[in-house]
Amino acid sequence: MLPLASRRPEPPAGADGARGAGALRSGRRARLGWIALLTVLLLLTVVASLAIGAEHVAFGRVLPGVFSPDPGSRDELIVHELRLPRTLLGVAVGAALGLAGAVMQALTRNPLAEPGLLGVNGGAALAVVVVIGTVRADDALVYVWAAFVGAAGAAALVYAIGARGRGGASPARLVLAGAAVNAVFSALTAGLMLLSPRSFNGFRFWQVGSLGGREMSILPRVLPFVLAGTVLALLLARPLNALAMGDEAGRALGSRPGRTRALGAVAVVVLCGSATAAAGPIAFLGLAVPFIVRTLAGPDQRLVLPYSLLLAPVLLLGADIVGRVVTPGELETGIVTAFLGAPLFAVMVRRGRTRDL
Amino acid sequence: MTQLHADDLTLAYERRVVAEDLSVEIPDESFTVIVGPNACGKSTLLRALARLLRPRDGTVYLDGAPISALPPKRLARRLGLLPQSPLTPEGITVADLVARGRYPHQGLLRQWSREDETAVADALAAVGVADLADRVVDELSGGQRQRVWLALVLAQETGVMLLDEPTTYLDIAHQIEVLDLCARLHEEGRTLVAVLHDLNHACRYATHLIAMRGGEVLAAGPPAEIVTADLVERVFGLPCRVVPCPETATPMVVPADRRRARALTADTL
Ligand SMILES: Nc1ncnc2c1ncn2[C@@H]1O[C@H](COP(=O)(O)OP(=O)(O)OP(=O)(O)O)[C@@H](O)[C@H]1O
Ligand SMILES: [Mg+2]
Repeated sequence: MLPLASRRPEPPAGADGARGAGALRSGRRARLGWIALLTVLLLLTVVASLAIGAEHVAFGRVLPGVFSPDPGSRDELIVHELRLPRTLLGVAVGAALGLAGAVMQALTRNPLAEPGLLGVNGGAALAVVVVIGTVRADDALVYVWAAFVGAAGAAALVYAIGARGRGGASPARLVLAGAAVNAVFSALTAGLMLLSPRSFNGFRFWQVGSLGGREMSILPRVLPFVLAGTVLALLLARPLNALAMGDEAGRALGSRPGRTRALGAVAVVVLCGSATAAAGPIAFLGLAVPFIVRTLAGPDQRLVLPYSLLLAPVLLLGADIVGRVVTPGELETGIVTAFLGAPLFAVMVRRGRTRDL
Repeated sequence: MTQLHADDLTLAYERRVVAEDLSVEIPDESFTVIVGPNACGKSTLLRALARLLRPRDGTVYLDGAPISALPPKRLARRLGLLPQSPLTPEGITVADLVARGRYPHQGLLRQWSREDETAVADALAAVGVADLADRVVDELSGGQRQRVWLALVLAQETGVMLLDEPTTYLDIAHQIEVLDLCARLHEEGRTLVAVLHDLNHACRYATHLIAMRGGEVLAAGPPAEIVTADLVERVFGLPCRVVPCPETATPMVVPADRRRARALTADTL
């Protein structure tokens, strides 16, 4: 059973007079309403992503293009061969990054923890580039595993640096450590790509993530991992809730913070590694989405996680569509998310919504 | 042997040894109050009793079995703890926070149930915060927040409740209100263990008092039998008189006026 199915208490008798915004946002109907709204939004974005692009495609060609493309129709072929895989990739990558961000923030009790900012995606990309530059494997699965190793190594490194010294891993220290590690990783990635330009064939997405120009054989390779990571993350909703009150209170309630952290870290590595292997390092999505969701739905992870899962692909595909239409040759998706996400990051830092661990 | 007791505990953090050979018994269905100076190890003892801190040596027993052998959720259904400084998740509502007390009663296959719902409603009503149910906890006063946290432990529905300084941040009226609430919970058959700093409150409400200093128990027993000026002096280094409380006849500690003593010595010089 997914945590989605769980219910929360109605306010007790006598509390009717006090039913405020809290009751509205905690009601079961409201929750189903949000799920429905986000699902509809996602479907609309998927349709937009199939219909809009640098090339004009007649809207009437979109549906046939998805399901039974006529080999004679250029429009239908564009939809089927280019936009459909790209859109599916966007849904998988977006969902993975949104969920990974939400889990990381819950694990570290740090609203700024985000796979892009903390260098997890950067580590995954570096590992993939190293593998491409050295072994040139035929099977894309090799890159996926390389991405897992890179993501795990980066996460461990950032945490070790951030937690050193007095005071432990406070939000600010983690973000600083992440920024430093991330800078080193992208410099190394860029350097490696310069060393053997031919292996990379002008694919810039290992520096800035992108949904476009990817070999689509990667999608079936990462999809099982994205699904596994998603199930694991959603199952952690209640233990993450228990962790939110501090390790002591959480353990007093019978939760196991150590196990929750370990499983959460596995989920984050699998989700970020899959997303990065598929689309390169994309930042800010994992920051913006859980932030928006928490603002709307409060801190209950049983809501934050599924809502993030649905909202993140909407924003990622949205950014991808924007990137397709603003410039004649496309703009990398990762640049658009950074363009939209960086101001939000600044606002969050200024609002001081970070609490020390 | 009582339900909850600890034998020969050595309690230590990484480098600091807080207590050695510490044994305590929590009498069944008692309202036990632990008193002692700051940093003497009261919270550390509660942590050990709740298995948040693994003793370096010695064993804590609950119902005759070492607590280290119990699965976490089973333990959390028997014994609840209110930590001295818990974290409030940002933006959480009162009802949602209290609902998290139901964690040990839930599982993958057993999500929110009718019992959970009644337990939360009862807990909210018991501490008198039912009308705050939809308020955001961050926006409550310190006293209201304290009562909300008590409600969380109450919703856990455990036979034993450990409360670390449940009356800090409260004004005198709310302190008495919370202690009356604790007394009521105790009368309903629960075993309560609370750390309190106010000796007069401790003497008034405790059925069993444990006086600690430097990781040792200096005295334990009913307040009327153990609280003397000598004990207070030994535990806190505070000269005082102990007189019967005019309201409840329990021991009342009145600190000696050291200013007058100083003034007198100054005069004689
Ligand atoms: N997490 C910790 N790590 C290391 N030392 C600790 C830790 N918590 C407490 N201590 C130390 O252990 C000793 C006992 O602390 P404890 O919190 O048990 O005191 P206390 O009696 O509850 O004091 P207070 O009345 O101030 O709450 C103190 O010297 C304290 O500095
Ligand atoms: Mg203490």
